[in-house]
Amino acid sequence: MAIKVDHELHKRRLSRNIGVGVALILFVGLVYGLTVAKVSDLYKPAPATSEVSE
Amino acid sequence: MSDASIQSTTDSREAGFGDYFALLKPRVMSLVVFTALVGLLVAPVGVNPVVGLASILFIAVGGGASGALNMWWDADIDRKMRRTQSRPIPSGKVTEGEAFAIGMALSAMAVVMLGLAANLMAAALLAFTIFFYVVIYTMWLKRWTPQNIVIGGAAGAFPPMIGWAVATGGISIESVLMFALTFAWTPPHFWALALFTKGDYANAGVPMLTVTHGRKATRAHILGYSLVLAVVAIALGLTSIGGPVYMAVALILNGMFIKGAWDVFRRDDAASDADAHKAERGLFKLSLAYLFLHYGALLIEASLKPFGLGGWG
Repeated sequence: MAIKVDHELHKRRLSRNIGVGVALILFVGLVYGLTVAKVSDLYKPAPATSEVSE
Repeated sequence: MSDASIQSTTDSREAGFGDYFALLKPRVMSLVVFTALVGLLVAPVGVNPVVGLASILFIAVGGGASGALNMWWDADIDRKMRRTQSRPIPSGKVTEGEAFAIGMALSAMAVVMLGLAANLMAAALLAFTIFFYVVIYTMWLKRWTPQNIVIGGAAGAFPPMIGWAVATGGISIESVLMFALTFAWTPPHFWALALFTKGDYANAGVPMLTVTHGRKATRAHILGYSLVLAVVAIALGLTSIGGPVYMAVALILNGMFIKGAWDVFRRDDAASDADAHKAERGLFKLSLAYLFLHYGALLIEASLKPFGLGGWG
């Protein structure tokens, strides 16, 4: 297959496409981090006061 | 005209990522991020850092989305005012439809994600903030009443309340007073600006107080709101998030602000024109530092608490 030069449209929209890609990757990373944080909080030992009240 | 010249014209109008980002009003977003962060950090309940970071980000995105919807609705007046002619829609880089789509999509995403990351109260407050800014302020009041800035200021005042709600899940006197601080600060801040950017709002048909009631009345309003602002700022210092550092900052800054507002009140337009609006520009600059330093002082009080310092005791 012959190597083709980039279409002019792709060149023009390069910054936009890279920006959207980076934003999406960051969003996925943030949701992943949020999930880890939320699940980790579930397994934190309960405060001593609640143990006493039980 | 050659093909090359046609191409270069098209290129200059093609929107880059930065143009879409500009729809979110990054400078306003920085104030939203800062005040929401202070609201979150001064709250008596700790938050997981990742949850806190994500929440602040979603609050910022929600604020930015309402900015995009504001630009979508106000594209016609943005084309008329010098200050806003370079925005993405008036400059022809982004279409009104794109701004609307981005604003709606990011609004929905920010509210849902804040609800999942923090709690329903924070998400509900963010949704109300977006609704208030876009529908109540932008679509309804901005072009209808000269009190537009007063009521519209409420939208910009919600972020510290949302930050507080992220941590506590509720509303309290502290968060209401943080809201009131930004709310009472907004009118003198914008009216001081309006006094030295004459004509811009009149050309666009926006009923700014300077246009509808005259500049003398605007000067009186600035002084009146500065007094209200001082009462709110001092009252905030007496709550659980205040303390000696905050109170010292508040007393000094409010003294300076009232003095600045008094100077603006006592002048007439001839005096103002003669020195290129020195007092009005000075008050506007002071207003920028005013808000930053008040919230900064609250942050100092909160950061001193782990060492047994800060607060009233």
